[in-house]
Amino acid sequence: MSDQSIHTPNRDVDPLRTSQLTGDATAEDIESIRVRTSVFVYEWPVRLWHWLNALCIVVLIFTGWFIASPLPSMNFAEATYQFVMGYMRFGHFAAAQIMTVAFFGRIYWAIVGNHHSKQLFYLPLTNKEWWKEIAFEIRWYLFLEKEPKKYVGHNPLAQVAMFFFMTLGLSFMIITGWALYAEGAQAGSLSHNVMGWLIGWVGNTQILHSVHHLGMWFIIIFMIIHIYVAIREDIMSRQSMVSTMISGTRTFKDDRPE
Amino acid sequence: MSQIETFYEVMRKQGITRRSFMKYCSLTASALGLGPSFVPQIAHAMETKPRTPVIWVNGLECTCCSESFIRGAHPLAKDVVLSMISLDYSETLMAAAGHHAEAALEETIEKYKGNYILAVEGNPPLNEDGMFCIVGGKPFVEQLKHAAKHAKAVISWGACASYGCVQAAKPNPTQATPVHKVITDKPIIKVPGCPPIAEVMTGVITYMLTFDRLPELDRQGRPAMFYGQRIHDKCYRRPHFDAGQFVETWDDENARKGYCLYKMGCKGPTTYNACSTVRWNEGVSFPIQSGHGCIGCSEDGFWDQGSFYDRVTDLTQFGIEKNADQIGTAAAGVVGAGVAAHAAISALKAAQRKTQDKKEEA
Repeated sequence: MSDQSIHTPNRDVDPLRTSQLTGDATAEDIESIRVRTSVFVYEWPVRLWHWLNALCIVVLIFTGWFIASPLPSMNFAEATYQFVMGYMRFGHFAAAQIMTVAFFGRIYWAIVGNHHSKQLFYLPLTNKEWWKEIAFEIRWYLFLEKEPKKYVGHNPLAQVAMFFFMTLGLSFMIITGWALYAEGAQAGSLSHNVMGWLIGWVGNTQILHSVHHLGMWFIIIFMIIHIYVAIREDIMSRQSMVSTMISGTRTFKDDRPE
Repeated sequence: MSQIETFYEVMRKQGITRRSFMKYCSLTASALGLGPSFVPQIAHAMETKPRTPVIWVNGLECTCCSESFIRGAHPLAKDVVLSMISLDYSETLMAAAGHHAEAALEETIEKYKGNYILAVEGNPPLNEDGMFCIVGGKPFVEQLKHAAKHAKAVISWGACASYGCVQAAKPNPTQATPVHKVITDKPIIKVPGCPPIAEVMTGVITYMLTFDRLPELDRQGRPAMFYGQRIHDKCYRRPHFDAGQFVETWDDENARKGYCLYKMGCKGPTTYNACSTVRWNEGVSFPIQSGHGCIGCSEDGFWDQGSFYDRVTDLTQFGIEKNADQIGTAAAGVVGAGVAAHAAISALKAAQRKTQDKKEEA
């Protein structure tokens, strides 16, 4: 510790105990918190993925909606010169391909990136502290706790939500979506070679259309909760939320150790 | 029953001379890229190889497969039945009835063990020991198992034999079961459709006779040459789909102009069949050409996929008649209302705390 610090570090204080016990804060994070009120969490590939993914999801929901329930018929030109549904599908497929590549990129970064880039992809189910803090977070959202705890990355409840909605939800949409794309691409295409088994397994692909459509609503529900909670916690919790996904830095509003 | 005729004998009967027959064998050899030494071998095969015996059994069904089959034009059904195959048992088409018919079945099975093709129209109901479908005094499932035991291959004609069709629709009281779930030890070719296209049926048989092997099957066990592509991808109305021009109601101007039937619940995008290429009745028309959407009759469980007239269909899996949008809107509505209420309480709590803090300060 440099003597030039404006802080007076308390070596005997162990900050963010819960966050450490649930597997969230790393030793480096703690060192950082000792000397400044913020800690760097999300590296640029994670942030880039977040916003690219968000953009893709918005495009996919918009175009997907109008693929299932097309716009009113338009007769401004002969069919040859008109490509309304075609562009709608193009937008859907293009966004889906970008999202798929980005998702694989995100998985790659979970392997090579820092500790917090991995949180999306697993649940520490054997950690008793982690379960206890899920209960605590639920109580916080039920207004039964006066103030929330500090976390560097996701709090345990957020980690559960992220895992189910994003890791599983996105995987489900990517898998079913590519199977549907393979239908049009037909046997022999790359997508059909990779995803054709799903077409054969479900038999009637109308089922695939329906579950892919339900998946869209799953993602919409996630968006409602995610945006609400991010803004609410930005205001009401003891740490930054929205700006963290822009700058990558988590700022704490107070200097209490827990 | 007489010995089954060879291809040569049948050709001679149809007025083809020995000279023409030898020419045909030479042509076949050159077409296959074989040398002149193969010509006698081909001729020998044609002279000695008996036509493939076919046993055609009928379970729970409506005979629309047979009706479709006898309308085959390329090749003509009569050529298939009288020249190409030896249709030894078919309740609908055979002259014999009663004990004679059943005797013919036994004789064919006995005589051509391991060499005949079993064609199944309809499916066996398994509930109540199969008593819902009786053939010759016995449950059909017994006849099916008996006939399949020594068959070379099994053809599942139509949606009934392939997937179960209407009699297997929920709740399926007779427990009507597709053939491949009863016969598990034989190669099975599914030729689904309600009924299948006549040319597809005769085409499958012709392929098996010509090449003496099963046609290439897709993942669901259907001949890839007929079921490899969706109706939607070969539909002549596809340009209207891409343009976003749809029939909005059955009697509107768009319907008269022949726009896409997607919004009317057409199942073309999820149906694999040859209707939009081969068409029906010697290529005269097919459902979409006649102004009605595809109902997806050649797909697994097409009766249980909600309305024929909805694009986003009801999800009966949820035990209620609601589609994905209705379920999604309800769920998102509940979550949205919950979020709004939560936000309101959060704001009130925060305000309350602020007042308390002020009081404490004072």
